[in-house]
Amino acid sequence: MSFFEDIRVGDVIELGRYTFGPDDIKSFAHRFDPQRFHVDEEEAARSHFGALCASGWHTASMWMRLAADKRRREMDAARARGEALAQWGPALGFRELKWLKPVYAGDTIAYRAEVLETRVSNSRPKTGLVVSLATGDNQKGERVVSFVSTVFVQRRPDMR
Amino acid sequence: MTRAYQTVTDNTEKGLYAAVGFANDSGMPEPKLYFEDFEPGTVAVYGPRLVTREEIIAFAAEFDPQPMHLDEAAASATLLGGLGASGWHTCALIMRMICDGFVLESASMGSPGVDEVRWLKPLRPGTQVRLRATVLDKRASNSRPDRGFVSYLFEMIDETDAVLTAITTPLMVLRRVPGGAA
Repeated sequence: MSFFEDIRVGDVIELGRYTFGPDDIKSFAHRFDPQRFHVDEEEAARSHFGALCASGWHTASMWMRLAADKRRREMDAARARGEALAQWGPALGFRELKWLKPVYAGDTIAYRAEVLETRVSNSRPKTGLVVSLATGDNQKGERVVSFVSTVFVQRRPDMR
Repeated sequence: MTRAYQTVTDNTEKGLYAAVGFANDSGMPEPKLYFEDFEPGTVAVYGPRLVTREEIIAFAAEFDPQPMHLDEAAASATLLGGLGASGWHTCALIMRMICDGFVLESASMGSPGVDEVRWLKPLRPGTQVRLRATVLDKRASNSRPDRGFVSYLFEMIDETDAVLTAITTPLMVLRRVPGGAA
């Protein structure tokens, strides 16, 4: 699992793909965003979206799910190799979240992260800050979501 | 199939309702709030809502399975210093609270995005949260005469009025009178 010093500007991390089924879309929306175009096919069809589509928070939350899964796989692999484990998180927030196109039922989104900036934290000298561009592209190659996230990543003990 | 983000061409009452998902032939209520009804400077507080340990863990298991959101013992060893909700969960809860607060009775067309989200303090299990919604600004769309953008600051606050999460975002809302004076 990468420490702050292992992370380079320009690094691209493929997080994987997720297909949004109609039941997933409605399940999330019933709990968190029950606007009609996210919970009902017929009303969505008559809406300006034209068809049932996922809540933007659902689309963004799945980026987090795939990122967490990826991180856990890397942690497990590092542990198996007997390597030290870097602590990641929490994030401070994000900015410039763009819902560029609707994610319709049946769409498959490929999520990735690209490192934009790294810097040592002034307030927490044992950690660095990693700024990344998070993205999701649909099966037609169209970008549907992006945001810029900032997260704390532990520095190597011998580099502090 | 109709493509997304089309300009609404059917400006009859029925067409407008349908465009925002209110099909008034299906017995659904009609939207009460249009772009014209949002006033910059208005502040409203919604809630309270109790956030339980169970829902924090359930959201994390589904969308953000990191130890700091799943398990007290593991969370205490992280920078979060104890179990706290996923930041994405706080965003989703804010969305739900604004839906219940006013979005579901508005002519909402969704949102193009979020300018900024700040996760300022952890949301701990058992917190009674409220949602403070401040209208910052609004503007009619330049390219689409049927809609406008209402910029909001949404703040999730706890029992002591401390801000846990702050979101600034424009909401896209249908105009009651397309192309008319905002």
